[in-house]
Amino acid sequence: MSIFITADSKIIVQGMTGSEGTKHTRRMLASGSKIVGGVTPGKGGQSVEIDGHNLPVFNTVGEAMAATGANVSVVFVPPKFAKAAVLDAIDAAMPLVVVITEGIPVHDSASFYAYSLTKGTTRIIGPNCPGLISPGKSNVGIIPANITGSGPIGLVSKSGTLTYQMMFELRDIGFSTAVGIGGDPVVGTTHIDCLRAFQDDPETEAIVMIGEIGGDAEERAAAFIAEYVTKPVVGYVAGFTAPEGKTMGHAGAIVSGSSGTAQAKKDALEAAGVKVGQTPSETARLLRAIMGR
Amino acid sequence: MDLYEYQARDLFEKHGVPVLPAAIATTADEAEAAAAKVGGKVVVKAQVKVGGRGKAGGVKLAVDPADAREKASAILGMDIKGHEVRTVMIAAAAPIESEYYLAILLDRSNRTFLVMASVAGGMEIEEVAHTAPEKLAKVPVDSNVGIDLAHATEIFAAAKFPADVADQVAAVLVKLWETFLSEDATLVEVNPLVKTADGKIIALDGKVTLDDNAAFRHPDHESLVDQAAENALEAAAKAKNLNYVKLEGQVGIIGNGAGLVMSTLDVVAYAGEKFGGVRPANFLDIGGGASAQVMADGLSIILGDTDVKSVFVNVFGGITACDAVANGIVQALELLGDKATKPIVVRLDGNNVVEGRAILTAAAHPLVEQLDTMDGAANRAAELAAK
Repeated sequence: MSIFITADSKIIVQGMTGSEGTKHTRRMLASGSKIVGGVTPGKGGQSVEIDGHNLPVFNTVGEAMAATGANVSVVFVPPKFAKAAVLDAIDAAMPLVVVITEGIPVHDSASFYAYSLTKGTTRIIGPNCPGLISPGKSNVGIIPANITGSGPIGLVSKSGTLTYQMMFELRDIGFSTAVGIGGDPVVGTTHIDCLRAFQDDPETEAIVMIGEIGGDAEERAAAFIAEYVTKPVVGYVAGFTAPEGKTMGHAGAIVSGSSGTAQAKKDALEAAGVKVGQTPSETARLLRAIMGR
Repeated sequence: MDLYEYQARDLFEKHGVPVLPAAIATTADEAEAAAAKVGGKVVVKAQVKVGGRGKAGGVKLAVDPADAREKASAILGMDIKGHEVRTVMIAAAAPIESEYYLAILLDRSNRTFLVMASVAGGMEIEEVAHTAPEKLAKVPVDSNVGIDLAHATEIFAAAKFPADVADQVAAVLVKLWETFLSEDATLVEVNPLVKTADGKIIALDGKVTLDDNAAFRHPDHESLVDQAAENALEAAAKAKNLNYVKLEGQVGIIGNGAGLVMSTLDVVAYAGEKFGGVRPANFLDIGGGASAQVMADGLSIILGDTDVKSVFVNVFGGITACDAVANGIVQALELLGDKATKPIVVRLDGNNVVEGRAILTAAAHPLVEQLDTMDGAANRAAELAAK
């Protein structure tokens, strides 16, 4: 098992004909993902040849779904056009839309997130995220497929590179699914959504949760863990040294006044019984100790 | 980007939110002229992006232009919580009858927008929320629906605003929503929103935060950046499109990915505890590419920071290959030549790590030292900075 995606996920790439889209379509194909086509408005009817795969291009997500049976979309469209792309996917009732694009105005992401709630048929992951991978089954986004294989750990993280680092630390054990939920102030899928899915996934035995400064998603996740999650969870929080009022790379990574600090998040997680590591390596050791590996 | 009060006032005026006549001044002469232009009694207000300026003596009433000159010369140059006052706003004085609070903001917790309104204006809203939460109405706003007059009227009824101002404040909220939406703001706050003695509703003080991600559709926002207040290193980094934040420590940091770089700062700070409190000197995320030029740009910014005693390059090769990063470091050091003078600790892991480490080993640059783990490298960089 895995969460949100399976070995049978049929993926379309919105923005496949752009340079990032093409580059990552090639990488996803190489890791075994079933890419069935792409969407670029105005280029419908063309096709793109990538490493021996002949991929049809459609004008809309609806056309792509009708022709290919796609049930996942991954978005590499530049910020300016990302909102229209996501709205197109929601209108087509695409079940899962993974938005990799960084730099989308928050009014646009708040708008497409609200629209997805109104329609009720689409889960959005991201924006500003690396996507998700179930090693050996499917890879949707930009997470390197060669770090590790499948195994019993579920991972949810706001950060791409910390996801890679943690997968690397625990590469001998392996992962059911690793989800990068993104570092923007408004994201479609939260830590809680992933924790719930991992708790309900029989293949996942233990969970790593990575957070960072800004907002209160980690505090909410801590409350959810106390209430719902019985599987072991270890945590890591980045940004203890971040000064107040400065955005640290991710648009959402900002301590405002006394809210959103790493210390408050760590305290909340520990109060919920989650062991929190001081460094990524220590976090990995904590998980090993719990799993006896 | 947070705006100054006068910039917020100008945006409000542009979108029809009622404000008082005002002008800005950076010298006592300008202040006198501004007061004459505004006319009558004026308030001289320090322009700083920090709260509590009133208590610090940064807001003074002046009876005429000569008095405004005197008050401005006292306020200009003041230090308010570490912020130097370089500009004052000269605003018309208004007799105030009541003070209210009104704001629209991004509510991250609920992933929506939120209107906050209170009849208890003029004080810190956190204090109202804490001591008298029943006086603070919070109403979520669907970004795809917005706020029309009917919705605004409902909000103020819920917030128990007096009936005699209900129509006026509702109209102000609709204008404020237009400001929030069309300027891509994440916060527009009016505190206080006042009722004057003659019954008018006026935005007396405002705070606005604009979304930097939306800059591409607001070319006019560029002019709102206060270049003089920017840290010189941060400005230089921005000119090179580098994501850099200056901190107060001694270990220069270069990494890839915002989360890993934040984590690197923390790990260096922990390691630094053993070496007399060595801390990270900066945040610098060179992103996925990490070409020689980007590495050279990053290194030259960091080596230009006189606080820096050692440098820690921490890269996990995900999409980026470590050999490309290693080549970047080698070429960057060639480009920098004699300008590179500080020890550089490098930790590479991930994609093509064997090739990457071999390139650095072969280059054998006297300043470069490689370690295998992030924690070990952080420790070494802190140790070198403490020497």
